[in-house]
Amino acid sequence: MASVRLLVTRSGCTALKAITGHGQRSLSVSSAVLARTHVSYEVKDNVAVVRINDPTSKVNTLGRHMQAELVEVINEIWGNSAVKSAVLISSKPGSFIAGADLNMFQACKTAEEVSYLLQAGQKMFEQIEKSPIPFVAAINGSCLGGGLEFAIACQYRIATKSKKTILGTPEVMLGLLPGAGGTQRLPKMVGLPAAFDMMLTGRNIKADKAKKMGLVHQLVEPLGPGLKSAEERTIEYLEEVAVDFAKGLTGKKVTVEKKKGLMQKVQDFVMGLPPVRKQIYKTVHNKVMKQSKGLYPAPLKIIECVQTGIEKGNAAGYLSESENFGKLAMTSVSRALIGLFYGQVACKKNHFGQPEREVKKLAVLGAGLMGAGIAQVTIDKGVATILKDTTEEGLARGQQQVYKGLNDKTKKKSLTTFERDRIMSLLSGQLDYRGFENADMVIEAVFEDLSIKHKVVKEVEAVIPPHCIFATNTSALPIKDIAAASKRPEKLIGMHYFSPVDKMQLLEIITTSKTSKDTTASAVAVGLKQGKVIIVVGDGPGFYTTRCLAPMLAEAVRALQEGVGPKKLDSLTTGFGFPVGAATLADEVGIDVAAHVAEDLGKAFGTRFGGGNVEVLKMMVQKGFKGRKSGKGCYVYGAKSKEKKVNSGAEDILKSFKLTAPPAVSADEDIQYRLVSRFVNEAVLCLQEGILPDPVQGDIGAVFGLGFPPCLGGPFRFVDSYGADKLVQKMKHFEEAYGNQFTPCQLLLDHAKDSSKRFHK
Amino acid sequence: YYTTLTSLCDNSTFRWTIKHSFSKKTLAKPGVKNIVLVDGVRTPFLQSGTTYADLMPHDLARAALQGLLNRTGLPKDAVDYIVYGTVIQEVKTSNVAREAALGAGFSDKTPAHTVTMACISSNQAMTTAVGLIAAGQCDAVVAGGVEFMSDVPIRHSRKMRKTMLSLNKAKTLGARLSLLGSIRLAHLSPELPAVAEFSTAETMGHSADRLAAAFGVSRLEQDEFALRSHTLAKKAQDGGMLSDVISFKVPGRDIVSKDNGIRPATMEQLAKLKPAFIKPHGTVTAANSSFLTDGASAVLIMSEEKALAMGYKPKAYLRDFVYVSQDPKDQLLLGPTYATPKVLEKSGLTLNDIDVFEFHEAFAGQIMANLKAMESDWFAQTYMGRKTKVGAPPMEKFNTWGGSLSLGHPFAATGCRLVTTVAHRLQKEGGQYGLVAACAAGGQGHAMVIEAYPQ
Repeated sequence: MASVRLLVTRSGCTALKAITGHGQRSLSVSSAVLARTHVSYEVKDNVAVVRINDPTSKVNTLGRHMQAELVEVINEIWGNSAVKSAVLISSKPGSFIAGADLNMFQACKTAEEVSYLLQAGQKMFEQIEKSPIPFVAAINGSCLGGGLEFAIACQYRIATKSKKTILGTPEVMLGLLPGAGGTQRLPKMVGLPAAFDMMLTGRNIKADKAKKMGLVHQLVEPLGPGLKSAEERTIEYLEEVAVDFAKGLTGKKVTVEKKKGLMQKVQDFVMGLPPVRKQIYKTVHNKVMKQSKGLYPAPLKIIECVQTGIEKGNAAGYLSESENFGKLAMTSVSRALIGLFYGQVACKKNHFGQPEREVKKLAVLGAGLMGAGIAQVTIDKGVATILKDTTEEGLARGQQQVYKGLNDKTKKKSLTTFERDRIMSLLSGQLDYRGFENADMVIEAVFEDLSIKHKVVKEVEAVIPPHCIFATNTSALPIKDIAAASKRPEKLIGMHYFSPVDKMQLLEIITTSKTSKDTTASAVAVGLKQGKVIIVVGDGPGFYTTRCLAPMLAEAVRALQEGVGPKKLDSLTTGFGFPVGAATLADEVGIDVAAHVAEDLGKAFGTRFGGGNVEVLKMMVQKGFKGRKSGKGCYVYGAKSKEKKVNSGAEDILKSFKLTAPPAVSADEDIQYRLVSRFVNEAVLCLQEGILPDPVQGDIGAVFGLGFPPCLGGPFRFVDSYGADKLVQKMKHFEEAYGNQFTPCQLLLDHAKDSSKRFHK
Repeated sequence: YYTTLTSLCDNSTFRWTIKHSFSKKTLAKPGVKNIVLVDGVRTPFLQSGTTYADLMPHDLARAALQGLLNRTGLPKDAVDYIVYGTVIQEVKTSNVAREAALGAGFSDKTPAHTVTMACISSNQAMTTAVGLIAAGQCDAVVAGGVEFMSDVPIRHSRKMRKTMLSLNKAKTLGARLSLLGSIRLAHLSPELPAVAEFSTAETMGHSADRLAAAFGVSRLEQDEFALRSHTLAKKAQDGGMLSDVISFKVPGRDIVSKDNGIRPATMEQLAKLKPAFIKPHGTVTAANSSFLTDGASAVLIMSEEKALAMGYKPKAYLRDFVYVSQDPKDQLLLGPTYATPKVLEKSGLTLNDIDVFEFHEAFAGQIMANLKAMESDWFAQTYMGRKTKVGAPPMEKFNTWGGSLSLGHPFAATGCRLVTTVAHRLQKEGGQYGLVAACAAGGQGHAMVIEAYPQ
């Protein structure tokens, strides 16, 4: 979700009128007088080079101002008979147009208002599509959402092969759809299957892939440094090439249509058959329903818009697009997803200032799954890293994990084998403390046992320099307890990574009352460098994330004891929007870890964390059912068949701990809300207790770390949209059956009492 | 200008004046042995796939070595050591130096080894020789380089190789049959060597095109430079300047005594060519790039004492040299830019002191980019950590007898050609200092200062 802004026009009518006025040459007088700040143009050899540069931002967005100036400039170009073609280019390195300003939609009160904005955009692009002179979009950097829709309205597209050049329609990730002609033009341009893939996944497409798909016509190689910096010269070069092509288009030396291969012809023919198309719509629809459980409306609307456009013509298609976009913009799902987007942006900033020293050398203790994962994401960003383990076997396993992680990237071509080797060269695997005297930060990821952690703190502090930060990666042990063994607690901090580290975006940083601000700043800086989305929370058993998860898992165990099978439990949770079902999640986390955490947190928080019997988990661990890693947990793993089999051994254990389900609170929906309300209540309690600094970080932590349903936007947004009063009502109902595990916390009660109180504005 | 210069050189009055033009100090350093180039020769450089097509690399190298023996009259046992460069190795003769030396009739008591450093392989061979002599280990060393692009090792695919190797070890018929049965059609597709960077997988022409674009070198500039190279080479060839070329009776073919890639064309003809690497908007074409070439070269390097003792009149002193390396992606071919100021500094010279420049012309665009980089203070400050630019060589002193673009570029043989040409030009033109510079794959580069031997 690099950037997600969609196109809107200034205010429909004026923009439209201005645009439809092309051909009249009288328009330029007043606008020429006004100095433009976002868009400029010059005419080179009868080619108008339009340069976009938003001076107020790192990326170009189609905001009101940009929009207005673009309209002016395009009109001037159309009015100038000397101009035979035009090139559209951004002066910003790394951003063509990243989309349009989301705030514009958020400011709208009704779906109609949004649709109206969209229709103006659609028409503007239609004008460009039908322009009397050819437009060449010269793309370097992000070309997303409205930016891509702008580009595909142009007659010709040239993109740099830079890593930063990405094209895509990420709207679906915000619960929206490409609303400025995207659903209409893309299928014609890249074919139905590819267009669906782009719009339904929102994936970023690199330049060479875009060329293969037919999304761009030409590629330009990024240049190295010359008489100017590489970035500056690359943009200049792109412009030179684009101008040449623009001239070629005018002189008919360049043709837009590429020769179609046999496969393409066959595909076109097949797609021309209505029954085939019908089958595609149906297949895609079913796939979407299966994956989204019907919780996300945007993908279905995208299919609808595409279908309408193809089957009923452009006019109907555009109408469907703008109307559906308007409807989607008003949904709670879209608001939730947009909230997450902004939250994620906020959690990718260091709010603790610049650390005094940059971490240039990092050491990781423990080459297990976590340790190796941390090492991988660190060397990946060019930081020299020591990976230390106590046994050669463990070390070799960890090094292999890092290598495999990087090598998989070479298979996907996101890394060359040479780059892989260079990155690997930053990793030093060792069994001793050699080199720790130069480390700027040590992250320990050893076994979760307080006495072992204490031993490690002492050993490490004996060898590291005074400035070195000691970070501990633990999922539940309170940091202050670990810090008790430290001579320098101000340099000690918690960094809770999520497994697998190279895939999970979240990093939960835990500060104690003694942790210095610079230590925090440094930990955040390292996390950001590793590409993490970061929440910074206070210390306590389970911090924030583990603490929210534990009660939900306890409730899941209770449900299992009550006879809800693992499969049923999974389908109930995924049906609510969790990407991974509760039983599967327990297996992924590890039953032993879950047992450990449940016991620790149970001791710390008492009966509120009760529900399921911890003995169930312990018994499973005893029998070796530790989850996926041991091949058996709630399910049996390792078999090649796709269908997961329930572990009958685990079922037997559950039977021996069988509880009777109270019928008043055991309907499917009840079970879902029992699980979710305990999660949510604990999250709100964390905010109440000050463990969480704000609801935004609470939502981000829950969604990115624990898989809380993204369509709900996180526990806090869920309370806002669902209604605290309704939730409290449900909880009180559960409380009657089960007791204090469902007692709503004070802050939740406050929100229930006063409906004007909201976590998010 | 070149005509006047050549005619002046034939003029005896001018000869007299140049004898006295050695006003500049000699670069001899106290405590450092004077090392001299006694002579240098090369086979004619031929476009690959022409007259040499049926030879093997050591045949060419042998021809160069024999040519050197003939030219210098050197006793075959007077050589202490032989170093040869090669880039694309023929697997049968991986130490091509030894095979060629034996075939050329050198004493079998003279050891020989092969070095490889892409297009500066024979530079490396020569500086290895210099090192051996400077260290007092040898007095007379033959260095050279050979490249044979008419035949290159094309391999079976890795999977096929694996099967074949396993087949060697398979003991039973059944095991062999099952291995043979595992061969799939796809395994039969061969692996061809490419003139591409291993680290970046980018072909050199592609990189050159990007480099030219980065420095804003136009197609026209490149074509003009290419034409200049061919024109000057033709003039040098016709004027008999290329005296390092020996005649070579190719087994089964005629005697070859001329380079065959020199083809002065018109600008219109050059402009018609389509770009060869970056299509359709690139600027590097077949005509403004060096072409695939077969050829070998050899030089005789000695300590000055030894040379004089053997009655030789050396051609030049080999003085300071440097090797540099930089980013193999975006600065692959900028070796001369980095190496030139470094070697000048080492010698205590400035660009103005140099009378003769011989730069390896990999691509016209690469040369023009280097010249622009050398002229740029910004580049020197931003990328080289220098206060000011070193400056670009004046064209009237630059590659005036043609270059790799026109004479050809057998990768590992070019270095010796450059050094020998500098020595010959210094003699002809009466200069005192010459500078050789070259780029090489891997983002490496080399430069050497050569001082004329007093006539």
